[in-house]
Amino acid sequence: MNLFTPLSWNDAGFILAGILNTVYISLVAIIIGSILGLLVGFIRAESNKSINVLLGGFLDILRSVPLIIQLILFTTFIGAMGYPLNPFVAGSIILSLYTMAFMSEVFRSGFDSVPENMVKAARSLGMTYLQTVRYVRVPIGMRAVFPSWLGVALSVRKDSALVSVIGYMELLRTAEQLISRTQQPLMILLGVGLFYFMISYPLSRYGKYVERKMEI
Amino acid sequence: MIEVKGVHKSFGDLEVLKGIDLTVNRGGVVSIIGASGSGKSTLLYCINAIEKINAGNIIVDGIDVHDKSTDINELRQNLGMVFQQWNSFPHLTVLENAALAPQIVKGFSKEKAQEIAKKELIHVGLGDKLHEYPTRMSGGQQQRLAIARALAMEPPYMLFDEVTSALDPELVGEVLDTLRLLRDDGMTMICVTHEIAFAKEVSDKVAFFHEGLIEEMGTPEQVLGNPQKERTQQFLSKVL
Repeated sequence: MNLFTPLSWNDAGFILAGILNTVYISLVAIIIGSILGLLVGFIRAESNKSINVLLGGFLDILRSVPLIIQLILFTTFIGAMGYPLNPFVAGSIILSLYTMAFMSEVFRSGFDSVPENMVKAARSLGMTYLQTVRYVRVPIGMRAVFPSWLGVALSVRKDSALVSVIGYMELLRTAEQLISRTQQPLMILLGVGLFYFMISYPLSRYGKYVERKMEI
Repeated sequence: MIEVKGVHKSFGDLEVLKGIDLTVNRGGVVSIIGASGSGKSTLLYCINAIEKINAGNIIVDGIDVHDKSTDINELRQNLGMVFQQWNSFPHLTVLENAALAPQIVKGFSKEKAQEIAKKELIHVGLGDKLHEYPTRMSGGQQQRLAIARALAMEPPYMLFDEVTSALDPELVGEVLDTLRLLRDDGMTMICVTHEIAFAKEVSDKVAFFHEGLIEEMGTPEQVLGNPQKERTQQFLSKVL
């Protein structure tokens, strides 16, 4: 009996599921990370120094501890506490927080880039504080940092491969399982790499296009 | 009517306004001149409650601007303000810039807000730029947009803070023409300005500020044509 079986069309569904899981967890992390990052970035732009030192320290930890270690630490810790989470939930939480840490800096600089005088002009028209945030500071500030936002989002999509270490069946994990069965690492990993490129490249082209359009 | 009574304002230890009294009647045009740092712009900021005051009162149509119970956002709808920098909202078209505040502050429908905005934009001569983005326009055009944006709130009063100071010389004329237009409409205006000739032409009253006090005030003929105070004479001899 042959221990290894070659790659066949039957594996297509398996690979597709891995691709979808990669896209899924990336989207979750980018969306949740962006929303939290917007909030935290706004708080940082509005806060005094002491709050910023505190928040900054927490964000620095999230940004400087390697993602793979955070993933393992978190799942181990949660498991030891007696609340095991499924890999998707655990992975989403950590990946979202990690994304939030980067996004908050991006958005903070966006808020800082809106001139104070523009806010004054808006207030002088009778807008309330919240209206200036909603109609002036967010739209103008976020446009300014769109390229950086896209950069973070694209790297999160790449980083999502690390969630494989806690057992989430995303594309890399799927590929590893196929490799151990087929013993064809080169071809499979080439395919995986090509897929990541195929998602990233159009997105970064699109980012350039939007950037150009917003320059006017 | 805008009444400024005994207003004092300090930034830290620096007293910028040392007791200002000034009355602006409906339909009146008051120009404020004086050297940089004399407190001219600060007074406008205090009238619009962008800055707090330390003593005195500012009353607009019977409402005390700096009273705690005053709704600042509602009050500001009556006080259009244009700054040295035009501060166009870069993400909105010219029409959207002018229609934003009527829509979200006054709660007008989008159609109604745009109708009012369009009327004011045509009035200041930007009728052919409605769908342009402001960043593609000259400083003079953007400043006229800023004026139209303030006018779209249909305020009875307009405050102008050195609105031509940041403009290239060749663009000053078009903005001053717009101000003349408003004067002819009967708009009540307070203009902080360095354009002495303009102040002479449009004002009912000119106030010369010196180190936080009104040194001399009167008709343009009195203050600019025949100043009595030495400091006014010195200032005018430098700028004219």
